[in-house]
Amino acid sequence: MDSRKYILEAIAKNQPTPTPLPDISAIAVVNYDVVDKFKTILEGIGGQVIEIKDSEDVIAYVKANFSEGQRVISTVSELTSVAETDWQTQDPHTLENVELNILEAKMGVAENAALWLTEPQLGQRVAPFITQNLAVILDKNNLVATMHHAYERIADAEYGFGLFLAGPSKTADIEQSLVLGAHGSRSMTVFLRST
Amino acid sequence: MNHAELAENFIKDGERTTWHDETLWFVRKKRDLAAFQIPEWEALREAASQIKHNGLSHMHEYLIAFEEKATANGIKVHWAMDALEHNQIVHRILKENSIAEIIKSKSMLTEECHLNEYLIENGVDVVDTDLGERIVQLREEKPSHIVLPAIHLKKEDVGETFHQHLGTEKGNKDPQYLTEAARQHLREKFVSRKAALTGVNFAVAETGEFVVCTNEGNADMGAHLADVHIACMGFEKIIPERKHLGVFLRLLARSATGQPITTYSSHFKKPRPGQQMHIVIVDNGRSQQLGREDFRNSLKCIRCGACMNTCPVYRRSGGHSYHSAVAGPIGSILAPNLDMRKNADLPFASTLCGSCSNVCPVKIDIHDQLYKWRQVLVKEGHVPFGKKVAMRAMTFTLSHPGVFKTAGKMGRKMMGLAPFTVSNGLNPWYKQREMPAPPKESFREWFSKNRNGQ
Ligand code: SF4
Repeated sequence: MDSRKYILEAIAKNQPTPTPLPDISAIAVVNYDVVDKFKTILEGIGGQVIEIKDSEDVIAYVKANFSEGQRVISTVSELTSVAETDWQTQDPHTLENVELNILEAKMGVAENAALWLTEPQLGQRVAPFITQNLAVILDKNNLVATMHHAYERIADAEYGFGLFLAGPSKTADIEQSLVLGAHGSRSMTVFLRST
Repeated sequence: MNHAELAENFIKDGERTTWHDETLWFVRKKRDLAAFQIPEWEALREAASQIKHNGLSHMHEYLIAFEEKATANGIKVHWAMDALEHNQIVHRILKENSIAEIIKSKSMLTEECHLNEYLIENGVDVVDTDLGERIVQLREEKPSHIVLPAIHLKKEDVGETFHQHLGTEKGNKDPQYLTEAARQHLREKFVSRKAALTGVNFAVAETGEFVVCTNEGNADMGAHLADVHIACMGFEKIIPERKHLGVFLRLLARSATGQPITTYSSHFKKPRPGQQMHIVIVDNGRSQQLGREDFRNSLKCIRCGACMNTCPVYRRSGGHSYHSAVAGPIGSILAPNLDMRKNADLPFASTLCGSCSNVCPVKIDIHDQLYKWRQVLVKEGHVPFGKKVAMRAMTFTLSHPGVFKTAGKMGRKMMGLAPFTVSNGLNPWYKQREMPAPPKESFREWFSKNRNGQ
């Protein structure tokens, strides 16, 4: 028996009479300042926000917080003095020893502090997960209020893999005690850039 | 064993039952806090429900569109009529790639299909990577909650399990320490395994992409390192358009744990170069449920777990008492569809208080469906005699106000004069409970007295 045919036939026979889609274009209620909201939410979910002027501030941060021997990677070309920027075509397994990964997002969402990242910004799909610590640069004027606004911007963009990422990896599977750093990055910093 | 017997076992440890009850209620309160911050919450729930209904009513065309897009994107689509076929497809893909070890992230569908057992019997080593699932897997147990798989355990239990299996210090029960041990143990699996299996939260008909939500990052660690990624989904995961993800991602985590969104919401659209990506679309009774007018709304479920966290019966009987992959109120609607006889007890494991329907982000009429299942099950002869008599008596009493009045009076008298007649073996509610003192007068008596007095 051809299962595909069988399933589709059963569904065609059993599905209810068609109902329309709701209009969701005006559903969002935005009664907050997007920058304030983003900061509060990110801190609430275990991330940190650092306001910066340009990539020099990021370089200074890396120098102050990470030592020579620690592997730092980035997709941001201005950071070559503190990070490898030519790792995108390596076997993803070789990223296992990355201590800090610095990416740049083109969009952030205020209501939940999620950052939208696709392959050009990720470098490799596994990169934001396998690193011990993650930092993402975001321009303040790339903040949108809600997920509806975010998908409006994404629209029908083409990508192989896209990711909303909000805060560090976490779990509460042991007695509901929150622990940061389950399998993905242990920390998550957003460098919020004024433009 | 049925729900009542299994629950009896669970509540033997009174302290633990109370902890379980309070912890889940705490999660429910976090959900409330998150929901109250969104002025448009009710509009969102309504939109989600309508989008899902549109999805159900166009399922045939959406599935075909999804398959076409996904195939064009380089994903291989498979169809499985039932659990066995699903398991066979997964096993065949592994065999074709000569892979005998896989890692898995959370998928309630694979629990429903008993995939782990099937693969292990066929010589495949399976490691669950969600922390809660790994804990129960090491203990050879099943998840007791769809979002919080190990919520029935205390940290002492986890400490002991990890001491035995992962070599952590004996007696160390610090969640931070134990989570770190699991992180190290599973990292080794992530970097060495060639195949990763994930679930699917949403599959978009318009684009052929699918979205997987986790907090831990385990689905991504597996999928992006493996040569072969297999994603398994019940067909009801289909949503019409990409922009609808906005509605569901706003509701899912807030309803589940009170978070504004899960840490990771990963949109898989194409395999990475050199990687194989498979999707297995499973029916396993769903098309039948789609045809049951009274119960088809259960297919809207986005598996947030809110109905469990709020359910007074679930909280005090534990997930395992439901003897079904999905526990709680929604599980009790889904399970009888698969096997009425075996799961006839589940729709009765509810007080019909309606709290589940109130929190459900896709507005499933959960408690109404539970009530309807009871009627179907009685009619089909799947309900034990005692319960049937009680149900008939209830229907009779409720539809005859005179009898209701007398019955209430009798009940209050009986409890005052001879409480043992209420607290005997025929009354299962009395087990592990003290019957409350009966009120001297019923609301009805009180009302008529006070009204007359005016
Ligand atoms: S039935 Fe509703 S509340 Fe329960 S798990 Fe499904 S979506 Fe959540």
